[in-house]
Amino acid sequence: MTSISSPDAAVGGAERRSPEPRRPARLPRLSLNLRQSGIYVAFAAIVVFFAVITDGALLQPQNISNIIVQNSYILILAIGMILIIIAGHIDLSVGSVVAVTGAIAAVLMVNHDVPWPLAVLITLVAGGLIGAWQGYWVAYFGIPAFIVTLAGMLLFRALTLTVLGNQGIGPFPDEVRTLANGFTDGYLGNVGLGPLGGADLVSLLVGAAVIAGMFVTQWRARTGRLRYGQQVEPLPLFLLRLALAAAVIAFVVVQLARFRNLPWVLILLFALVLGYSLFTNRAVAGRQIYAIGGNLQAAVLSGVKVKAIVFWLFVNMGVLSALAGIIFAGRLNQAGPTAGNAFELDAIAAAFIGGAAVQGGVGKVVGAVTGGLIMGVINNGMSLIGAPSERVMLVKGAVLLAAVAFDVWTKRRAATAVR
Amino acid sequence: MTDHILRMRGITKSFPGVQALRDVNLSVRRGEIHAICGENGAGKSTLMKVLSGVYPYGSYTGEILFDGEECRFSGIRDSERRGIVIIHQELALCPQLSIAENIFLGNERATRGLIDWNRTNHEAGLLLERVGLHENPVTPVSELGVGKQQLVEIAKALAKRVRLLILDEPTAALNDDDSAHLLDLLRGLREDGITCVIISHKLNEVTAIADSITILRDGQVIETLDTAKDEVTEDRIIAGMVGRDLTQRFPPRANRPRPGTGAEALRIEDWTVHDPTRGRPVLSGVNLTLRRGEIVGLAGLMGAGRTELAMSVFGRAYGTRISGRLYKDGRPIEVRTVRDAIRHGIAYATEDRKRYGLNLIEDIKRNISAAALGKLARRGWVDDNEEYRVADGFRRDLNIKAPSVLAVTGQLSGGNQQKVVLAKWMFTDADVLILDEPTRGIDVGAKYEIYTIINRLADEGKAILVISSELPELLGLCDRIYALSAGRITGEVTREEATQERLMQFMTATTSSGT
Repeated sequence: MTSISSPDAAVGGAERRSPEPRRPARLPRLSLNLRQSGIYVAFAAIVVFFAVITDGALLQPQNISNIIVQNSYILILAIGMILIIIAGHIDLSVGSVVAVTGAIAAVLMVNHDVPWPLAVLITLVAGGLIGAWQGYWVAYFGIPAFIVTLAGMLLFRALTLTVLGNQGIGPFPDEVRTLANGFTDGYLGNVGLGPLGGADLVSLLVGAAVIAGMFVTQWRARTGRLRYGQQVEPLPLFLLRLALAAAVIAFVVVQLARFRNLPWVLILLFALVLGYSLFTNRAVAGRQIYAIGGNLQAAVLSGVKVKAIVFWLFVNMGVLSALAGIIFAGRLNQAGPTAGNAFELDAIAAAFIGGAAVQGGVGKVVGAVTGGLIMGVINNGMSLIGAPSERVMLVKGAVLLAAVAFDVWTKRRAATAVR
Repeated sequence: MTDHILRMRGITKSFPGVQALRDVNLSVRRGEIHAICGENGAGKSTLMKVLSGVYPYGSYTGEILFDGEECRFSGIRDSERRGIVIIHQELALCPQLSIAENIFLGNERATRGLIDWNRTNHEAGLLLERVGLHENPVTPVSELGVGKQQLVEIAKALAKRVRLLILDEPTAALNDDDSAHLLDLLRGLREDGITCVIISHKLNEVTAIADSITILRDGQVIETLDTAKDEVTEDRIIAGMVGRDLTQRFPPRANRPRPGTGAEALRIEDWTVHDPTRGRPVLSGVNLTLRRGEIVGLAGLMGAGRTELAMSVFGRAYGTRISGRLYKDGRPIEVRTVRDAIRHGIAYATEDRKRYGLNLIEDIKRNISAAALGKLARRGWVDDNEEYRVADGFRRDLNIKAPSVLAVTGQLSGGNQQKVVLAKWMFTDADVLILDEPTRGIDVGAKYEIYTIINRLADEGKAILVISSELPELLGLCDRIYALSAGRITGEVTREEATQERLMQFMTATTSSGT
């Protein structure tokens, strides 16, 4: 936006000038909203684009299922990564941690016949310990996370090779493979959906429950705000937004129900997104992550336990990496020495595409997952049209750069709007 | 016809939605010191940015005549080539580089692309002599205090053969000694024929040094005064700046406690603190008592240990090898972390609210709740609506000027940011509030409001310690004032006994000139 000639022109919600700055809020808020919501618009545009150029193949039941299953482990990593990035840190080691935890799980289950629930538990604890190791150096010793996790990237890759003895280990028990690759059973059988054919009833019911739950919680949040005399968006806009979200959920669920029911990883992902969103929005510790990333010194002087929170963020990242490690190994049915290569880059890219700020302090779990899905859709869509992998890489790189450029641009615009 | 080195005519500059400057005319005579006064947001800095090319030609309307020639600067290098150099409020030095490297940064003494270090350091030495800074040119800038860094900035400007030097709030961060030195230096430069434009909130300095004073309000020039002809008083300048008569700079306080009557709130005994990097003591054997209902001042020169005292008491946020005792309401307390301090009802509002006080990318609501989020939570979950209600209450109560508490704090003016900081600590239910430079960088009107809030807090029975570099502020606000010098309490005076001279004596007592 360029400067305008008259102060009274109503551009961009500009207010009439008055000696004390009444002006601040409107304009920056608009761009902030753009920064947070632009990602969903971009996602929708990318989906539509690929749906068109693949003649609808992108949105076929099986393909939707593939996109979810193929990207589940990146999305899980992205959830942990966005928290770390909000706090102003980074984790470059997640790919190697995925590899080493997958290897640990394989050794336990395949070589030592440990029952799978126990093996999964041990692997998650191992991931937590790895995170604690890195969290210690970052939070308590004060080494930049970039360095600690760069070292971790090498250390844990080395450990992977040691644990595996330089060879792949498999196959995994069926339960683990189901978690990674499988679908819910059709407990209640199918129902006919007319021209769409048969669809799994359980999946449809779950979808309906999710939509209903969304409506109820959103409505209660809205009435709560109204009760406190806060501004809310106009009712038609509110309903339109909910209706759109409901339509998307319904579409995905129906397609999945027509294919092979709900992937287990989707249910897992849903629970994680819900839990972590709630945590970052409402929990005291979750909110303090934003305070740390926004202004570390101010957080310290406000009594926030900065070191402890950063430490636990890395522990959390380790556990989520272990979960991703198990799912990835289960999907390939083998833990290999090169597993998880470059996963850290995908997870970091997902977080930044999803609206995280380079300096920290800004970001949303849902945004990071959407960012991950954007890359997943690009991957998938381009492979559907038979694009070579170098071109996929090219596009992903361009999208990442564009997303961060957009973030920096909105921030600069907000900055020049003041004085 | 007077000889004007600079004439700015009809300068108008708009930002989206805001007109920052409206038809501003500014004429600066050759070799004078020209002060520009105005409240925050009046357009002073914008005007200087237009002049120095930060806002390039074309982004404003109007014309700039320098030495009678029209100038169309496309950037700061352009204006510097003509001899216009701006020194910003936030100093722009690279702390890891030496004094000499900083002086010649972007202006290196080089032959065929290779830096001539002998020449660099030699010429830097000459410039340092000229600004009266006795330091080795190879010393890293990080080892210098703010006052000396300011001198390095001026030496840097001199190295660029400056003809018009613009200083934006040069003494805001300086103590009285350093300020006085700086003003002397400017007078010296005037004799060398260098013209200065100085932006300042410190009106006593302005009246002392300036030859002309231009007053801005709401992006317009109110008047330009000639100190040789016009009768210039601080009150006249203030009246011009705020557009109304500010008969009193300090709000009246009805029920001042009689000295020594309030219940003791916080007592600091034999407090000794060491510098974490160099290990030498910065505070030794400090004793200090705060009483309920009383506003206590802490005066001291830069480096006397005022902020260090506050931060070391506030949960050891500063210093190592801290010894001494703290008593809250007469009972000894252990305060090892900031959380301990908050739990014991101690609050500390920092001197630098942007760097240490606020999360500038976050909204007002979340800043106010930041230090006491637990109060808004049940079993670890924050009640958003309650948070909004609390924050909105403070917004109304303290008159924080923003459309709503969802406004981002980084977009607020200094005074309103300071109110957010105060609200944050009021919400912790602190009954001992340590306010470090509570009105730094805040305009006159907002200062009055902050003083009113401080008075009110005292009337509610809270104990308040105000740290300030401005002695008139301490005299106008406080019931009792301690003076700190080189880490020791050197005096304590009641409101009635206090004068600037007396405090200054205490503040300079036993101060060695040092390094």
